Amino acid sequence: MLKHLYDTDCVTWSPQGKLFQVDYAMEAVKQGSICLGLKSNDFVVLCSLKRQPSELAGYQEKQFKIDDHMAIAIAGLTADARVLCKYMRTECLEYKYTYESHHPVGRLVFKVAEKSQHKTQSGAKRPYGVGLLVAGIDPNGVHLFETCPSGNYYEYKCQAIGSRSQAARTYFESWFHLFEKSTLEQLILHGLSALKKAIMEDEELNEKNVEVGILGKNQKFIHLNAQELKDYIVKLETFNANTQIQQE
Amino acid sequence: MYIPVNDMLKHFKQDAPAMANITHKSDQWSPYHDNSGTVLAVGIPGAVIVAGDTRLSNGYNILSRDATKLSQLTDKCVLATAGQYADFIALRKFLQQRLQLYEFQNEVQASTETVAHLLSRELYSRRFFPYYTFNLLAGLDENNHGVVYGYDAIGSYDKMTYGVQGSGQELVVAVLDNQLKGYNKINKTIPQTREEILDIILDCFSCAAERDIHTGDNVEILIITAAGTERIVKPLRKD
Repeated sequence: MLKHLYDTDCVTWSPQGKLFQVDYAMEAVKQGSICLGLKSNDFVVLCSLKRQPSELAGYQEKQFKIDDHMAIAIAGLTADARVLCKYMRTECLEYKYTYESHHPVGRLVFKVAEKSQHKTQSGAKRPYGVGLLVAGIDPNGVHLFETCPSGNYYEYKCQAIGSRSQAARTYFESWFHLFEKSTLEQLILHGLSALKKAIMEDEELNEKNVEVGILGKNQKFIHLNAQELKDYIVKLETFNANTQIQQE
Repeated sequence: MYIPVNDMLKHFKQDAPAMANITHKSDQWSPYHDNSGTVLAVGIPGAVIVAGDTRLSNGYNILSRDATKLSQLTDKCVLATAGQYADFIALRKFLQQRLQLYEFQNEVQASTETVAHLLSRELYSRRFFPYYTFNLLAGLDENNHGVVYGYDAIGSYDKMTYGVQGSGQELVVAVLDNQLKGYNKINKTIPQTREEILDIILDCFSCAAERDIHTGDNVEILIITAAGTERIVKPLRKD
């Protein structure tokens, strides 16, 4: 009950040193359907579970290309994600126009974080209610970043955000040491395995509600099509991370 | 009494004496340079063939023997430009950026007709400091048939089946009128196959290289079909 005293706006601290509005914004991310990302030496893979508002509706897309070398997966308020997506795309286009090269990934994530932080220090604004997983490749290597409504950003080897993401993270904790040297196919299967851990008992993965995007050093960002998704979901039945250890 | 010739002038009325001191500068700086060269494009059912020589010149000097005048803007269309190379680069950059934005907003690549109109508007937006570019936009239309759009420097454009721009324009276009349309031809055989047309194009460039000093070195040919883009480079006279 006391929480409600200091949570009217972003310009009020709580006695415990918290900005409740920012915390509440992070909750919005946790309510969104799960999306996860993992990387090897050469590839980054993004997997998401698409939500369907009703039987009559389509599935909400969760992965967006920012540039040939960069893509995002979102969890939270899709409308806020659209704003950030447009911003990132514009920044990449301008950078390419001026420097004739791809926008360094970390620097763009930093710009997004700056923008997000700005919204947490004003009486009249609210934080973005969306978390992004930014996958990108630049001369510094293969990257996976997470951005938060708070304006913080972190780089990861693999990460999951959104609803029931802890289950996926637990899977990652057990197997992430294999990812670096994994092939693309193994990486996708790991991603789908982690996703499988995070779905409810009565749900199942199919080519309609799963979205997989891949990005590589020589591979522009691309979504797997329905047939490829079906094939991978079938392969998932016989995939076992243990077999990968035996191969190495 | 004689009047020395040099003193004669003061006996004549000078209507505008101030004008006598004006000298016309003939070497004022110009923002425009003609880097010349020749480009052509031919549209046939199912494909479009675009070609440009690779010589870049400035006056009597050669700046590069290896500079492309062609730029693929979408999977289906190519921009070919003769004129000022810097303006070609600036125009190409603008179009690439704008078409990438179009693709983000519309989730599909721009059609050739759309690109043609976009190019026209961009050229006209610089009506009072034009791009010194003479463009051909060659691409596949909605039925995957080859189509060519030709432009002047300020964006006036028209759809054509074939077009030529650049320093070798007059030399080459007359040959194409004869070969592809059968103008002034006694035996009116119009080439039908891609190979025949490619041969004609290569011959045209060889001819242009013979007579036009600004055309030569190599000819770069792009063949756009629904299946993809093929690139051929053939040598030309280097003198």
